[in-house]
Amino acid sequence: MATQHSRSAARMMMAPAVILLLGWMLVPLCMTLYFSFKKYLPLRGGDLGWVGFDNYTRFVSSSSFWPSIYATLVIVGGVLAITVVFGILLAILLDQPMWGQGVVRMLVIAPFFVMPTVSSLVWKNMFMDPNYGLFAHLWRFFGAEPIQWMSQASLPSIIMIVSWQWLPFATLILLTAIQSLDSEQLEASEMDGAPIISRFWYIILPHLSRAITVVILIQTIFLLSIFAEIFVTTGGAFGTKTLSYLIFQRVLESQNVGLGSAGGVYAIILANIVAIFLMRIVGKNLDN
Amino acid sequence: MGRIVLDKVTKRFGDVEVIPPLDLTIEDGEFTVFVGPSGCGKSTLLRLVAGLEDVTGGQIQIDGSDVSSMPPAKRGLAMVFQSYALYPHMSVRKNIAFPLKMAGMKSAEIKRRVDNAASVLNLTDYLDRRPGQLSGGQRQRVAIGRAIVREPAAFLFDEPLSNLDAALRVGMRLEISELHERLKSTMIYVTHDQVEAMTMADKIVVLQAGVIEQVGSPLELYRTPRNTFVAGFIGSPKMNLIEGAAAASYQAHTIGIRPEHFDVSAEGGKWSGTVNVSEHLGSDTFLHVQGTGLADSITVRADGEVAFRHGDTIHLTPREEHIHRFDAKGLRVE
Ligand SMILES: Nc1ncnc2c1ncn2[C@@H]1O[C@H](COP(=O)(O)OP(=O)(O)OP(=O)(O)O)[C@@H](O)[C@H]1O
Ligand SMILES: [Mg+2]
Repeated sequence: MATQHSRSAARMMMAPAVILLLGWMLVPLCMTLYFSFKKYLPLRGGDLGWVGFDNYTRFVSSSSFWPSIYATLVIVGGVLAITVVFGILLAILLDQPMWGQGVVRMLVIAPFFVMPTVSSLVWKNMFMDPNYGLFAHLWRFFGAEPIQWMSQASLPSIIMIVSWQWLPFATLILLTAIQSLDSEQLEASEMDGAPIISRFWYIILPHLSRAITVVILIQTIFLLSIFAEIFVTTGGAFGTKTLSYLIFQRVLESQNVGLGSAGGVYAIILANIVAIFLMRIVGKNLDN
Repeated sequence: MGRIVLDKVTKRFGDVEVIPPLDLTIEDGEFTVFVGPSGCGKSTLLRLVAGLEDVTGGQIQIDGSDVSSMPPAKRGLAMVFQSYALYPHMSVRKNIAFPLKMAGMKSAEIKRRVDNAASVLNLTDYLDRRPGQLSGGQRQRVAIGRAIVREPAAFLFDEPLSNLDAALRVGMRLEISELHERLKSTMIYVTHDQVEAMTMADKIVVLQAGVIEQVGSPLELYRTPRNTFVAGFIGSPKMNLIEGAAAASYQAHTIGIRPEHFDVSAEGGKWSGTVNVSEHLGSDTFLHVQGTGLADSITVRADGEVAFRHGDTIHLTPREEHIHRFDAKGLRVE
């Protein structure tokens, strides 16, 4: 199969896909880099020439920069923690033989198919609205003052909404991993006298480590760039301005393409730092 | 101690009765082998004893106390699984130590016992490896090590050698037998390989469809099979079961003659036929003889040096004292 000839043929046939993907990635990347060194204000004079690293220093020295990094990390970390923990619990639950298993599994997976804007609006208006939301009714039923979710608990609200969307993904991956666990291993540990908690800790969790790694890596990549959920709920107010949201504001609200592009480059760097960091801690799970 | 008594034990999966009421006593220190064709309920029976399945009816007693509703860990038994069921993310040392750790034993004592088991099983050099880095035979020994450190009342083996190649199987068979000699504890061993059953067992239990066909020592089963099923199952190659006129002349519905109980000759004998296939094993030759009018094919075990070939005419004479007689229901007639 792997003769000289077949290998070059394979390369030829892969070339269109590779070129397309490279172009898809490289063109925006190059444009971002290009604009990040320019003062470019579309509505206020257009291209105003090269400014060197000016945009980069201005982006970092802005008072919203560090809060946006903080908000990004809190949201990503919070969603990861919730989806992994509840994903494991749900996966274990769904793995148990029960009546109506097929329907229940479908229902658990359903949120993943709802568009982020739609689900965020549903959460915002139907659950979290301080006047007529379901949570407000619930709080009042117990005689408590309803929480102003979007302003008083803005980050937790967004974490909740995003977790709800991503929980199905985590559950699905972890469920398939649990199903691949050899039942004889569990029986052996049962014979060895391991109570249920130890069985989870020593057998199931190590078995899941690889799947957990995959969930964390994939989710981190997507969560670093969440946007719609913030746009339709808080609009970046109340400390929910993430890095990607800040870039959006710089480019579209302040109409400063150069500054936004510099932010984009920082976002690329941040994503890579997080990725390398994650690879380091979890990488060893993937090699054996 | 490890005397195991099954008293009218029954098991159903839904509507299917896999084990009809079954009585069996396994004495302390006995090496008992369950044999039977695939799907006859050997594993199920073993798992009932282990506590991995609940009995539908009846009682299981270990050393006189009823354990039928006890969880597996409390029964004081250890099991070796067909797939070994080692914990892949733990080192060999941790695997063997796991049951002791779960029992809350002190780490010095754990280390002593693990080192001891490892030296008995020749695993000392592999203690820091993961199961994935071991050969099949070594994994098997780790699984046995994990069982022996607990010093259980009895060992349960479910086809532990079926994943090994033939040569290794013979070696491990000996090792398990030696282990039994040394530990003197009760062992229940499931297999469908009747050579393993014959060579290892103190007592063989032959099962068919969840029913015990016969219990006895290997030689008892070989010499006096209680029915045609046991007769055909124990012994290799299989016993020839002959019906019709030849059987009637012995006042039986069926007669059974083992391949090794024929005298062969080129000149003359009681029956004659033509050799279809002759398998030369060196020490023995297995001849498959057709056209005798007794059965489709008669298997004969002859000396390694006999010179019969395909198409040769052969004369067979059974040794009268070794002919087994069975009635129309397949039961032995004395
Ligand atoms: N969990 C289960 N649910 C339903 N039927 C089962 C279950 N486990 C086993 N059986 C049935 O019980 C019968 C006995 O199975 P068992 O595994 O004990 O056979 P076995 O003698 O060990 O066979 P083998 O030599 O192939 O391992 C089989 O017919 C099998 O289909
Ligand atoms: Mg079996």
